[in-house]
Amino acid sequence: MAILASTQVTPTRMELTKQKNKLVTATRGHKLLKDKRDELMRQFLDLVRENMELRKKVEAGILSANKNFVIAKAGMSAETLNTALMAPKQEVSLTVGSKNVMSVDTPILNYHTRTADANDIYSYGFAFTSSDLDDAVKSLADILPDMLRLAEVEKSCQLMASEIEKTRRRVNALEHVIIPEAQANIKYISMKLDENERSSQIRLMKVKDMMLEEAHHYSERA
Amino acid sequence: MYKIAVIGDYDSIYGFAALGLDTFPVSEPEEAEKQLHKLAGGGYAVIYITESLAAVLAHEIDKYRLEKLPAIIQIPGVSGNTGDGVRSVKQFVEQAVGSDILFGDD
Repeated sequence: MAILASTQVTPTRMELTKQKNKLVTATRGHKLLKDKRDELMRQFLDLVRENMELRKKVEAGILSANKNFVIAKAGMSAETLNTALMAPKQEVSLTVGSKNVMSVDTPILNYHTRTADANDIYSYGFAFTSSDLDDAVKSLADILPDMLRLAEVEKSCQLMASEIEKTRRRVNALEHVIIPEAQANIKYISMKLDENERSSQIRLMKVKDMMLEEAHHYSERA
Repeated sequence: MYKIAVIGDYDSIYGFAALGLDTFPVSEPEEAEKQLHKLAGGGYAVIYITESLAAVLAHEIDKYRLEKLPAIIQIPGVSGNTGDGVRSVKQFVEQAVGSDILFGDD
């Protein structure tokens, strides 16, 4: 595929050096970005598989928890239920670390509960609520760790996907535009320089002929 | 210290309050939009949002796509699973690879 220089370059030695340097830089950049893309892609594919698994697990968990809540709600009055869940005893907080994956800053979530007691999720006395509510709250508590891991993984996937897209575009631009363009420019300039050299050579020979002719009334040509 | 928020219709999210997550029941999309931006700027690292509400606020949620925090995660509501959550994971693959090569069959 012949690529013509889209913008005309001036055929000078300085420009030739510039284009050659550009080609070297572009080639090195292309290799580096390609490696970055490949490594990001490898890690992304592992992560996104985990993401899908977690998501399916969490969605199934929430659906069954919701079912339990519906049953719990059916067994008692709305007021009792609202009062029972009005003042939660437990509190969850997060600390956010970060992990650098090929220059993508991904979050690491660590969660802490305010109290260590696992039974603090039941923020109500057991006298006026049904045991169905206990089951419902328990089923939701069981999937919380998975939900947090899902948040971490899904955010990482999101960030990595856009970084991969960006890197892929850069690789393609270098591979299909910048590098061929530089090569075409180098070819054009060196051909032009050669041409100039030949033409000045001929001019010199011509001038030499004319000078000899004038001095000696003698022609080199037969 | 960051906190975790759950946003959606009341019936879908009230259970999370017992676990110690902050729940924000909303019914109007405008209200939800305001609440979302408030939460995103207010020290919440993870915001769980019901799929049905996320579908309405897709444009607003997209603003936080490239931010490290908050992570806005879709969860199914009480009315059922719309499949948007799974679809968004497929979209990641599509964005990164160019086409969905992993989960295309399911």
